[in-house]
Amino acid sequence: MEKILSKRVGERIILLGNEAIVRGALEAGVNFVSTFPGTPASEIGDVFSRISKKAGVYFEFSTNEKVALEAAAGAAFSGLNSLVAMKHFGLNVASDALLPVVYTGVEGAMVVMVADDPGCWSSAQTEQDSRYFAELAHIPMIEPSDPQECKDFTKFAFEISHKFKIPILLRITTRVAHQQTPVKLSNIQYPISNIQKHIKKGRFSTMPPNVLRMKKELLEKTEKIRDFSKNFPINQIYRGPTSVKSKIGVICSGVSYLYVMEAIGELGLNLSVLKLGFTYPFPEKIVGNFIKKLQRVLVVEELESYLEEQVRAVAKDINPKLEIFGKDLPKIGELRPEYVKEAISKISGKKSKFNFKTHQQNFQKLNLLKRFPNLCPGCPYWLVFSGIKKAAPKNTIFGGDIGCYMLAGCPPHNIQDWLISMGSSIGIAHGISKIQYQKSNIQNPKVISIIGDSTFFHAGIPGLINTVFNKSNPLIIILDNGTTGMTGHQPHPGVGKTGSGEETRAIKIEDIVSACGVKNLKIIDPINQDEFVNTIKEFLDKKEVSVIIARHPCVFLKK
Amino acid sequence: MKKDFNIVIVGTGGQGLITLLKILAEAAMLQGFDVRTSELHGLSQRGGSVECHIRFGKKVFSPLVEAGGADLIIALEQNEALRACYYGSRQKTIFLLNKLNIFTPASSGKTLTIDRISGDLKKFSKIVILLDGSEIVKKETGAIVATGIYMLGYAIHDSLIPLKEKFILEAMKGIIKEKYLELNLKIFNL
Repeated sequence: MEKILSKRVGERIILLGNEAIVRGALEAGVNFVSTFPGTPASEIGDVFSRISKKAGVYFEFSTNEKVALEAAAGAAFSGLNSLVAMKHFGLNVASDALLPVVYTGVEGAMVVMVADDPGCWSSAQTEQDSRYFAELAHIPMIEPSDPQECKDFTKFAFEISHKFKIPILLRITTRVAHQQTPVKLSNIQYPISNIQKHIKKGRFSTMPPNVLRMKKELLEKTEKIRDFSKNFPINQIYRGPTSVKSKIGVICSGVSYLYVMEAIGELGLNLSVLKLGFTYPFPEKIVGNFIKKLQRVLVVEELESYLEEQVRAVAKDINPKLEIFGKDLPKIGELRPEYVKEAISKISGKKSKFNFKTHQQNFQKLNLLKRFPNLCPGCPYWLVFSGIKKAAPKNTIFGGDIGCYMLAGCPPHNIQDWLISMGSSIGIAHGISKIQYQKSNIQNPKVISIIGDSTFFHAGIPGLINTVFNKSNPLIIILDNGTTGMTGHQPHPGVGKTGSGEETRAIKIEDIVSACGVKNLKIIDPINQDEFVNTIKEFLDKKEVSVIIARHPCVFLKK
Repeated sequence: MKKDFNIVIVGTGGQGLITLLKILAEAAMLQGFDVRTSELHGLSQRGGSVECHIRFGKKVFSPLVEAGGADLIIALEQNEALRACYYGSRQKTIFLLNKLNIFTPASSGKTLTIDRISGDLKKFSKIVILLDGSEIVKKETGAIVATGIYMLGYAIHDSLIPLKEKFILEAMKGIIKEKYLELNLKIFNL
């Protein structure tokens, strides 16, 4: 029996933040869940993949995040409760559909869960702050700080989405997703399909002139939600036991709140703390009341100064003399408890007993090993990378993509000249191969890109079509290990199994490649090193795009 | 016990740190403490440095141990122990170190001798305890991957962690797969 399905109401069990979101969704009566795996959000899909049948919830790994979001929107248009989960970059992919779905609204409820990764522990690309999507899309946003809140806020999210018939963003960060604490369980609402009527004709069509009417309704709805959030229990003020008249305050949200409370306890301070759970629409009234009588306020948040900018805007009218501190704290990387303690110590004048500066200086004197992540022993990519190195001439330019094979960029391999986003290995390879260095002594370089099977399905196909359509000749090596390795071995469209374990038709990558119009195509097990190396050499001389499907199962796949 | 207890566990990916963390968290809850942990998944696990935190006590907020704030550091690999010095302080930290040197093609830098390492650790701790954990576990059972359980056993039997053995054992029974439980209990008691 999965403990996450426990029926013992009131019991406390230890859950990861992501697991608590799953439990919250179950307690809210979720019907439909879709995702594309990405750390730090992966466990949402992994858990639903195990329990969906038992819980009576529909679950799928979709082809990419945009498709996942569209699937969830379809369910919510039809009156169901849907959850779609992704990592931050997934929201970029999904955003094209997200923005109009916020315009149209939904009939049931729709929760869009996004996990940011400050410090880029499991992310290349950028150190993105997804909170700005809330402003861009006018989608309400709530931010839990720990597993208990992950569960509770997920339920709130469904409630708010249902009440206002609008998708809602549930935004977390790595230290919330991968934090464990005991979580108190409530009842699971076994989902009932409550579709009463068909989708009303034209209801979700943004076709002009609807789109501007919808925008007007959305902006009105946003104000209603702002008003509603004033009394919603997830924006809270904490005051120290004797701090009625403290002139110093702290505003924070998410995991930062935990560092703030820790620091205040350690320093023995009586500051007032405003913890924001509802961060879009920005709760101006609550913030205004909080800062009205303060002399100094510290805004503690990871990444950009999203809250700080809005606090400054509110302060301008309400308390123009207020001293506002914020991004003395780093904008790069995660916050840490000691950084927050130092910042609070500075604005309050209360010294910490521990000399952090000296400690840090002593620490920096140590001789630390640099450890790069490693391909697993027995991983077929060892053979792929060594084959590429044997075959490629010196001036070859190497394109990388998102997956385990990003490690091509690490020693001892060092064959990665760009790494941008899902599918970009092919899109950029096209651009580079189109360049002709005619008027210089530079020889036209060869271009080799590597892309994994799951990533190819996700975002590689349009790029590949473009190489044929617009006539370029990179060599694309598709690494087909039969799974989504990096994020924990989830199935993809080539596998023949769905996220809930049902049989489905396995889509062959070679069929897609051929259908895209690629003429130079070979499927090779890289264990046949000579054939692999010779084919790379042969294909690098072609005038048209070439594809090698390097097919060998991930070492973790059950035989 | 003072108001909270802070443990940092370090090693490299695949050494079973997360299992160790789960056992400690469950045991702390069973003993009635408030408990929080933090761990990392994904890329950081692929043979790279791994660092897990667990804090328990009457009430804890931060999931991360602060700089110099560890009461106990369990290092499953000796080079990683140096990295964990960030959490150590002369006032209170006990270092429990497994003598094991893991150096892969994807590492760069110089490995130090165990004497040099333990010399450095002393600057960031009150007590350094060196164990031949991997060697003992390998000799007795062959299951070198469970070295963490041996270290846990050592820490509990020597009262380095204010958690009762009965709660640790109860937690192990719930977390470790049944077919490996007997082996792990044996290693815990080595």
